[in-house]
Amino acid sequence: MTLIAAENLSVRMGHTDVLQGVTLSIKPAEIVTILGPNGSGKSTLLRALLGIVPPSSGRILRQAALRVGYVPQRLTIDRSLPMTVRRFLSLPTRCTDAAATAALLRVGLPGVETRQMADLSGGQFQRVLLARALLSDPQLLVLDEPTQGLDQPGEAAFYRLIAEVRETTGAAILMVSHDLHVVMAASDRVICLNGHICCEGTPRVVSNAPEYRALFGLGTQGALALYQHEHDHTHDHDHAHHDHEHHAG
Amino acid sequence: MTTIMPITITNTMLDDFLTRAALAGIGVSLATGPLGSFVVWRRMAYFGDATSHAAILGVALALATDLPVGLGTLVVALAMAATVSTLATKGWAMDTTLGVLAHSALAAGLVAVSFIPSVRTDLSAYLFGDILAVSRMDLAYIWGGAALVLGLLGWRWSALLTATLNPDLAHASGINPDRERLVLTLALAVVVAVAIKVVGALLIAAMLIIPAAAARGVTRTPEGMAGAASLIGALATIAGLWGSLRWDTPAGPSIIVAATFAFALSAAAARRV
Repeated sequence: MTLIAAENLSVRMGHTDVLQGVTLSIKPAEIVTILGPNGSGKSTLLRALLGIVPPSSGRILRQAALRVGYVPQRLTIDRSLPMTVRRFLSLPTRCTDAAATAALLRVGLPGVETRQMADLSGGQFQRVLLARALLSDPQLLVLDEPTQGLDQPGEAAFYRLIAEVRETTGAAILMVSHDLHVVMAASDRVICLNGHICCEGTPRVVSNAPEYRALFGLGTQGALALYQHEHDHTHDHDHAHHDHEHHAG
Repeated sequence: MTTIMPITITNTMLDDFLTRAALAGIGVSLATGPLGSFVVWRRMAYFGDATSHAAILGVALALATDLPVGLGTLVVALAMAATVSTLATKGWAMDTTLGVLAHSALAAGLVAVSFIPSVRTDLSAYLFGDILAVSRMDLAYIWGGAALVLGLLGWRWSALLTATLNPDLAHASGINPDRERLVLTLALAVVVAVAIKVVGALLIAAMLIIPAAAARGVTRTPEGMAGAASLIGALATIAGLWGSLRWDTPAGPSIIVAATFAFALSAAAARRV
């Protein structure tokens, strides 16, 4: 069973082919991460799947009446717009106080209902966005670089929360990132994108794929070390040692 | 108890030019509060300028063709609002484009008006409003327009707010941000057409922005801000009319000055919090 799929999807913006021949599908309860450098079409792919940008060729298949929760890339609430957290959670669909309280509790932010959105920290803001996306009881949660602007502990905590949401709701999660390590650790499947799909598979398969290494270059060595570190539970190696290992392997 | 009494009172009340003026200003404020809030949130201040300045051109065209002035301003304001809105989506450098459109619309309107001797004499009525000369017919027109705008905004409120926050977020919720922008465009044209009589083409944008900006400092939700903006606009109308009588100042600009005092008070109050 597939929640959403793209078949040979191409998107053209102006005179540029942003995406070419992308085919992918998302199944229930899996966490899929799209990785790629800046300008590789990651956000465009999400936007095409959500129906925000039209495909120039190919097609998008969605399960009938699919409930999608969306956390956009950058949402800045202008200071001129007064907005409490509670009011924000009811946009555009009104939710009950009980549902709002439960959603905030789930993302680890109980009792912030009356706070102004503009007064929240970066991490709190992202959690409120997630809470709002969860209110529609989504089958698919789409997150566009959800940890942008968060520090490393904040980022790790956010991805733990995402994994927890998948456990408790069974929602599939599709997210985009350009940071590699933490996101890799949190994913079932990684799709490496650069206008087209370069490679895909489990984080381990992708991190060993030559296409992936070519795309991300030397900078990934340290990140890979971190990824391996978290997964293999190797202890107290310094990064230089890891790098050395990867060069050798 | 008789049912005739209130009607008689209303009738006598409406005979008073000052009461009609106050009711006209309050009617306009009801619409400019929520709409002005959107203008502030979406940073559309210049958009309001361009649309309201174009209304002068509408006045000239209506008089030249013997059409009702209200219809002329509505059509030209609508055309201008639609033009600006379309240019905005095509990614034009809005600051410059809007500046060009706003000022050239005003200049073209003033040139066109100079060909019509009857308007030449009371041009200032269209530029600065003529609230003290509001007739019962005008009043019906103003309140009808305000009700239309309020109805439109109320109907689309949630979708408009979501689209204002973030177009992608709106899209993902099944809201078309382009359609919502069209709603605001339409509402703006209607407000311009009804407010020209009250504060004049030059100060309509002020009536949109200043009460909303004043309301921002003292409110916590979008709905609160929209309502407070209407209230501040209405109070500014009454205060402005009073000041205008007391010191023999022009009514339209006096209303805006009163609103500016409200803004200063609100800014001072917000700073203290």
